[in-house]
Amino acid sequence: MADAGNRSGTAPPISGGVTRARVEAGLRRRYRRERRFRLYGLASVLLGIGFLVVLFATIIGNGWSAFRQAYIRLDVTIDAAEIDPEGTRDPGVLSVANYPALLRAALLEKFPEASGRRERRELAGLLSGGAAFALRDAVLADPGIIGTTRSFWLLADDDADLYVKGRLPTGDDGEGGRLSSAQRGWLDALGADGRVELRFNRAFFTSGDSRDPEQAGIWGATKGSFFMLLVTILVAFPLGVAAAIYLEEFAPRNAWVDVIEVNINNLAAVPSIVFGLLGLAVFINFFGLPRSAPLVGGLVLALMTLPVIIIAARASIKAVPPSVREAALGVGASHVQMVFHHVLPLALPGMLTGAIIGMARALGESAPLLMIGMVAFVVEIPSGPLSPSTALPVQIYLWADSPERAFVERTSAAIMVLLAFLLVMNAAAVWLRNRFERRW
Amino acid sequence: MGASVQERGSRPTPEVSRTMSTSSREMSARAGQEPATTVGDITARDPVMTVRNANVHYGETHAIKDVSLDVGRNEVIALIGPSGCGKSTFLRCLNRMNDTIESARVTGDFRLDGQDIYDRSNDVVMLRARIGMVFQKPNPFPKSIYENVAYGPRIHGLASNRAELDDIVYGSLERAGLLDEVKSRIDEPGTGLSGGQQQRLCIARAIAVNPEVILMDEPCSALDPIATARIEDLIDELTQNYAIAIVTHSMQQAARVSQRTAYFHLGRLVEVGPTEKIFTNPSHKLTEDYVTGRFG
Repeated sequence: MADAGNRSGTAPPISGGVTRARVEAGLRRRYRRERRFRLYGLASVLLGIGFLVVLFATIIGNGWSAFRQAYIRLDVTIDAAEIDPEGTRDPGVLSVANYPALLRAALLEKFPEASGRRERRELAGLLSGGAAFALRDAVLADPGIIGTTRSFWLLADDDADLYVKGRLPTGDDGEGGRLSSAQRGWLDALGADGRVELRFNRAFFTSGDSRDPEQAGIWGATKGSFFMLLVTILVAFPLGVAAAIYLEEFAPRNAWVDVIEVNINNLAAVPSIVFGLLGLAVFINFFGLPRSAPLVGGLVLALMTLPVIIIAARASIKAVPPSVREAALGVGASHVQMVFHHVLPLALPGMLTGAIIGMARALGESAPLLMIGMVAFVVEIPSGPLSPSTALPVQIYLWADSPERAFVERTSAAIMVLLAFLLVMNAAAVWLRNRFERRW
Repeated sequence: MGASVQERGSRPTPEVSRTMSTSSREMSARAGQEPATTVGDITARDPVMTVRNANVHYGETHAIKDVSLDVGRNEVIALIGPSGCGKSTFLRCLNRMNDTIESARVTGDFRLDGQDIYDRSNDVVMLRARIGMVFQKPNPFPKSIYENVAYGPRIHGLASNRAELDDIVYGSLERAGLLDEVKSRIDEPGTGLSGGQQQRLCIARAIAVNPEVILMDEPCSALDPIATARIEDLIDELTQNYAIAIVTHSMQQAARVSQRTAYFHLGRLVEVGPTEKIFTNPSHKLTEDYVTGRFG
């Protein structure tokens, strides 16, 4: 009281005026701090975008040229004496005939100056091994062309292809590296003649793996990944959702359930290669399923994805407002009816999101596939979940590991295909989720 | 125990209760204690539900202490009392909504038409079909208005074809006083309605199952006065067909809509009687303090 009197009745200790002064004094500092914080956020976002741009620029810069492929136009004389000496036109004979000889002859005709064995071999090396097969297919399709001279666009060899694209690195001597000066001269001459062309690389999207980069394609691995993910989603989604519903809605609260819950959370953190070992031991060694099969890969990835889906599904079941449950119970729905008529439809978008995240991880996974033999060199395009196959990430790994220079651009192109696959999958999932999403 | 309760319940003029009321009134006035026994007549003229010696525990908490009360046919009984007094808990015992709460333990004798509703032979789904419920916050399903009302009849198989279901749905919306407002948009989501309309939709959903009793847990607390007035009118009309037990924080609402009022305090049923008497001439000191606004 005495103190208050000493302050001569101006105001209580902190008056409105004092508050104002103090707030004013701190206000600028407060705003400065907030501005700084916003800047940190912006900087980190920009940094992230920057890395993303660098990543995409590298991949696309390296890979875009793989979508085009050099072809060489040659006038090939389909010499009956060479491929069908007896004139039977028997497909059995025609399919095993010596087509490379025809191509060599055609090249020699174009460049008669190539005389020595080595030069001739170099000349023949301008064309891909696949060119002879293309010629054979043309002859088998129309045997009438035997004996005539036709103009064909033929697949160039991978090094010639790189040279045409200007991507062939120079060798240690500063010269053409893997192409001799004679070869480069021939290619230049063909180019000047309008006989070299870069065309859309259809083979890349339609064929399987190959030792020859110019013939290697991504379709086998894409189909393998597709079958694998199909198996994964068919196994993991229903199992995961069912487990989540049981644990969330029906399981009694006791120590056993706690143990199960802890283990599910732990499983989500287990390194993927361990799941690969598990798959090898269980699916292949014990159940005798075929190696390298997308079925096994899908099962392994399903095991890996299961905990992710269960955790997400449980979270989304928990997020369903209790008022909806009460409403359903209040009109006399049984517990199961409540769950399946009301809780599940509302939780489905969240469950799908969890499944998408799990599937995206599964799509990019390669370590567990190494364990079950999906790292093999598979030329055939898989026809079903049981035929041997690789997957996209494994194909990328295999190509990145190959010594041929032309696989560099194909690796990047395969990464682009993988990313596109991922984008398509996520877009489909987002669309699905929005369809099921309901307001309340 | 049941027999003695029954005896007391059937007594026409509860003289004993009245004498007890004075003593307990003195007691609580003296020591500020909880009242030991209910003041007033717990029985209804034509009871559809009878509750005797109800006790509810949530874990260690004793939420409802020895409550006995009847719900009469064609009457509205209002349950009032300060927050946390157990009136909602009591209401939720009547259709076994407390079953969903794991820590809740309910004991006592709850009867609907003479049948023990907690008996094993009595199915909870059947019970909830016979006792509808309207909740504090309007909680329509995130489905169309039609589907909201049709859900109950559909799961209970009350309609054998689409025409019958239409009849039930439109009839229920009509009785809930909502039909004219939603007729043109019956297939739009029920969540798009206003708060008051949503609550009437919830009432329509409850009466679509044609229950015998409707429990309302503060049905107007989230609504504005106009919507509240509409719901109260609706409750009046519904009394012709249903017994209604309504929990409310608004004493004016209790006075307006109910014929009997029960006052809860700290888990006990302190006083019950005709609404007029409770609000004009309460017997118990606690009731008087509450209805005159001295606390609560």
